[in-house]
Amino acid sequence: MANNNIITAENVRLYYGKHEALHGIDLDFPEKQITALIGPSGSGKSTFLRSLNRMNDLIPDVTVTGTIRLDGSDIYSPQTDTVELRKRVGMVFQQPNPFPFSVYENVTYGLRLAGVKDKKLLDQRVEESLKLAAVWDETKDHLKDNALSFSGGQQQRICIARVLAVKPEIILLDEPTSALDPVSSAKVEDSLLAIKNQYTIAIVTHNMQQASRISDRTAFFLNGKLIEVDNTANIFLNPKQQETSDYLNGKFG
Amino acid sequence: MRGIFNDELKRLLGKFTEMGINVSEQIYRATKSFIDHDRDMAQGVIDFDNNINEEEVNLEDQALNLMALQQPVASDFRQVIVVLKASSELERIGDHAVGIAKETIRIKGHNRDSQIESEIAEMTNAVRTMLDITMDAYVKKDGKLADEVIKANNQIDANYKKIRKEVLSNMKTDPKSVTGGTGYLMVANYIERIGDHIINVVEWILYNQTGKITEINADVTDVDGLN
Repeated sequence: MANNNIITAENVRLYYGKHEALHGIDLDFPEKQITALIGPSGSGKSTFLRSLNRMNDLIPDVTVTGTIRLDGSDIYSPQTDTVELRKRVGMVFQQPNPFPFSVYENVTYGLRLAGVKDKKLLDQRVEESLKLAAVWDETKDHLKDNALSFSGGQQQRICIARVLAVKPEIILLDEPTSALDPVSSAKVEDSLLAIKNQYTIAIVTHNMQQASRISDRTAFFLNGKLIEVDNTANIFLNPKQQETSDYLNGKFG
Repeated sequence: MRGIFNDELKRLLGKFTEMGINVSEQIYRATKSFIDHDRDMAQGVIDFDNNINEEEVNLEDQALNLMALQQPVASDFRQVIVVLKASSELERIGDHAVGIAKETIRIKGHNRDSQIESEIAEMTNAVRTMLDITMDAYVKKDGKLADEVIKANNQIDANYKKIRKEVLSNMKTDPKSVTGGTGYLMVANYIERIGDHIINVVEWILYNQTGKITEINADVTDVDGLN
């Protein structure tokens, strides 16, 4: 694939104290594609995902070595402004975590933080983002309602809209549908497919069918190592490593 | 919901229908070339078979991808399976069309028998109608096709027996008719086989509609009783 890699990770090792949790990961993320990270619990996929926007910085005693480049510049260099980084690399978590105020305020939160005051622009961005996240129809008449009053699936899509509103380049999703029912999950998947022509997406999922349905590339992690990464069709139809095949067939994990 | 799957399934079904139309055309051109003694047309049929084979491979590839990546169940699953199974039947039908075209080239210039050729033409029309009804029923999801198609297939089997008898008796009286006669036998046999493959396609279409795997016991040609 002749895609530009927007993120390149080289020999990434991550330590919790002295314990090495990631054993040298090399993984690139092509622009405007969905890359799925799969693997059993404790395989390091979420840890790796969180290292892409330095969320691990918040955990004491974590050390990261190796290089992760965003558009060519090292995100772990001392010059990197993590606020700016997280604006470019947004994140959606496993549990929907809307702020306890209105839908409108949730979606505009990042923009206001960045100093945007133009009401017209804010309104426009709210509509745009909620539409992209496929939750506009359900929220358009309730923008002033508390975001927490919506269902889990709607909350998660509001959170996706909140990320989209600041127009990041990359969206990281850490098991975004594992707390949702199949119908809400399908809606979130549809939103991801709808936005992938504009955003680069990395998604950690325990749901292998989800990975196969929506991703362009799949990376399989095991015990802190990247076992295999390839086009999703290749991974699911003809993986090169026996471990990948065993995991996909539910033989362990 | 599941927009991607539905789009891809629709594309798959469209390609399958297209393959059916192409195979029907191949039967038409192969038998026409045989009856018109047209070598160029026969060569065209042989050349086009590559496309048919490619169509089958692409359908299989797409069907397998859909199964592995989208995990369809229930009627969606059956639709994918039908394409997977029935496309191999269509591909075999295409091979028989090539067989007919090769006979055209082989026996050109030898003694011909217009009576038998017109009977073969009749048989061809019947088998093409069979395939067209079948593909039409597939597209329209019409389950009542089976009887009609089985009746047509029995007629084709009867035609085959009759042609065989006539050709053999001609061969006995006129040795010069042997080369042409074996051609007639081969071609009639190919057409009869095509009918049987269409019956298999019908079985898969019934499976698509009912979820039951059926074995249609079409009248089996009794080869020993032919002489």
